[in-house]
Amino acid sequence: MLINQFLLLGAVLFCIGVYGVIARKNAVMVLMSIELILNAVNLNLLAFAMNMNGEGSADGHVFALYVLAIAAAEVGVGLGLVLLIYRNKRSISLDELSEMKG
Amino acid sequence: MLAAQVLVAQNIAFGLIAAMMIVGAIRVVSSNNVVHAALWLVLVLAGAAAQYLLVYAEFVAVTQVLVYVGAVMVLFLFGVMLTRARIGKENDLNNNNWAVGIPVAVVLFAAMSLALITGYRADKLPGPSAAVKVDTRLISDSIFGPYLLPFWALSFVLLVAVIGAIVLARKD
Repeated sequence: MLINQFLLLGAVLFCIGVYGVIARKNAVMVLMSIELILNAVNLNLLAFAMNMNGEGSADGHVFALYVLAIAAAEVGVGLGLVLLIYRNKRSISLDELSEMKG
Repeated sequence: MLAAQVLVAQNIAFGLIAAMMIVGAIRVVSSNNVVHAALWLVLVLAGAAAQYLLVYAEFVAVTQVLVYVGAVMVLFLFGVMLTRARIGKENDLNNNNWAVGIPVAVVLFAAMSLALITGYRADKLPGPSAAVKVDTRLISDSIFGPYLLPFWALSFVLLVAVIGAIVLARKD
């Protein structure tokens, strides 16, 4: 297996996630796109971990696990925010949130 | 000879799973139905777990299934159910200028693939015989050894996230 096939798959997923963040208006869909981006990063970390595991360290795996934990925390807080926004505005369209516009 | 056959099987598995993941990811960002998008996301996350198995990261793969496919997807579906009275097709999921995202994503991918292809032309990953198995014992030795301080910080982040999510979502 080439290392590039994993890295290119990660790049494809990352770019699809970036497109989703830009194109989507629904806040839940934006969170899903962010999950795509985080998974692409994890795929890269694990491919590099396998590429460099000659010295017998688990650094890449530990990084991937930490990214996973941070992603879980981010989804929890993000969905809490979405519920709060929905309760206040009866909508989760991100283009209606302009309170902080200068 | 046997190792070569194993690698061929791994390459075929990689191709199939990668195609499945890319189709799923495109459906996630293009579907008009929030619940369908969440279910396509399950496919992508499960495919990612299978790819982790291909790079010998069993522990991360199992954790991915537990955390992402289990917990995070349930959270997403709860989020969809709690914020949307109606389940079905919706027409206002995209921004008005959603098409701007396509050139951005294409240019980004062109830049990244150019850098990757020129940087790692045809470098091979170490085969199954040469690879040092990173087992659960080694991972736990790393987490509770050199990475103990980040682990504590991560625990605090999770605690703060739990409390913050409760405070945010609570009805006063």
